[in-house]
Amino acid sequence: MFRTVAELVEIAEKNQMPISEVMILQEMDVKDKTREEVFTEMEKNLVVMEKAIEDSLKGVQSVTGLTGGDAVKIQTYMQERTPLSGNLLLDAVSKAMGTNEVNAAMGTICATPTAGSAGVVPGTLFAVKNQLNPTREQMIRYLFTAGAFGFVVANNAFISGAAGGCQAEVGSAGAMASAAIVEMAGGTPQQSAEAFAITLKNMLGLVCDPVAGLVEVPCVKRNAAGSSLAIVSADMALAGVTSRIPCDEVIGAMYQIGKTMPSTLRETGEGGLADTPTGRLLKEKIFGMTV
Amino acid sequence: MKYNSVFDIIGPVMIGPSSSHTAGAARIGLAARNLLGKEPKWAKIHLYGSFAKTYKGHGTDFALAGGLLGFEPDDSRMSKALEIAKEKNITIEFIEDNAATDHPNTARLIIGDDTDSTELVGISIGGGKVEITELNGFELRLSGNHPAILIMHNDRFGAIASVTKILAKYEINIGHMEVNRKDVGKEALMVIEVDQNVEDNVLKELENADHIIRISKIVS
Repeated sequence: MFRTVAELVEIAEKNQMPISEVMILQEMDVKDKTREEVFTEMEKNLVVMEKAIEDSLKGVQSVTGLTGGDAVKIQTYMQERTPLSGNLLLDAVSKAMGTNEVNAAMGTICATPTAGSAGVVPGTLFAVKNQLNPTREQMIRYLFTAGAFGFVVANNAFISGAAGGCQAEVGSAGAMASAAIVEMAGGTPQQSAEAFAITLKNMLGLVCDPVAGLVEVPCVKRNAAGSSLAIVSADMALAGVTSRIPCDEVIGAMYQIGKTMPSTLRETGEGGLADTPTGRLLKEKIFGMTV
Repeated sequence: MKYNSVFDIIGPVMIGPSSSHTAGAARIGLAARNLLGKEPKWAKIHLYGSFAKTYKGHGTDFALAGGLLGFEPDDSRMSKALEIAKEKNITIEFIEDNAATDHPNTARLIIGDDTDSTELVGISIGGGKVEITELNGFELRLSGNHPAILIMHNDRFGAIASVTKILAKYEINIGHMEVNRKDVGKEALMVIEVDQNVEDNVLKELENADHIIRISKIVS
């Protein structure tokens, strides 16, 4: 069983297989399942992701009214204008936000690695898909590659905002997506690791400060940040850019930063944006209580 | 390793909005229900840390209730769980507790009916994964990666042997085992992590073994 990204990349290189294959073989071994069973289980997740994006593009609204409808706005804008940041990037942003809008509206989603960050991996996948035209198998492999990197983060640091801040959620999700994009685009396992490191480095220190404690503000738009950064980092790694700080050390830094992050900034809804005048006012409106 | 499957990371499929506060909370509720062995009639739920501060926004309250009703995290009835519990005359009380805990997402559940009750502490460690850290006053160290059998028994000689004999008969391998007791000759707890799922007929046989009070199963 691999414990670090270095080990993961080494296994992949030694056996001349993609990262996704290392994850598939490990899952088969640990759970004593066939390849087909493992693939079928992952495909179910893919179907849920696809459905959540479809639902979001019909327009959803959360109970509080704080979030919803932005994914549609962006899609409409893309049809009317040429986005400055490019169609693929903005498509990913829209689909990532859309998935998270569905989550905020208490719809069905697949946690990747968490619900609050559930938009990033599917959002990038269904945007990159339009350019790379992957097979269904490649799309399922995308999730195994993302999962392999998330697995290392979960076991060496954390993936929840309450434990490590948003860097642990959207930071991990964005980094996982970067690594998966690289593999789908034909990059090497090492390039996946570089892309992962570059994204996570740029998410270090990000706090979890949801207004009224709800997974809405700023979570939905942080999924936009995570997905766009994921694509940029993937491109950088595919261009040959490397991270000066190795991937596992970046994960270690994320862990140390999370450890020293005050609890007011770890999903308690007490600090940061939650504690702004507007943040407090929204909480009062929603729950009818003074903060 | 805290996580051993790719589906801990890509998954679970769940009803939003939070994997640790909603899906994880539902799983803690479900574990409590399974450990009681039936649907509770009442529940007192202490919430700590981030759970206490944000449970209303995250739906931690309805998710815990959903778990107590037997709902899995992807059950579409989840957001209506508090109403459904009310219709079934199940009283659920939430207590925001300021006590410091090791993990920010901690809940203590005391649940029961007219005859039995059970108390456990669950933590939601992220991505919907949970750990049960305490049961009826006994500290637990379950990896959560394997199915486990929890056996409340009387602290008497032969109690452990009677259990392991039955497991051996069904060729069930024990991966990890712990025995804890409150005092000599009093109530004790056996925690057995096994490699494969344990069928109901085996549990029945275990329940009828000497000195056994109650048995529950946790599926990984």
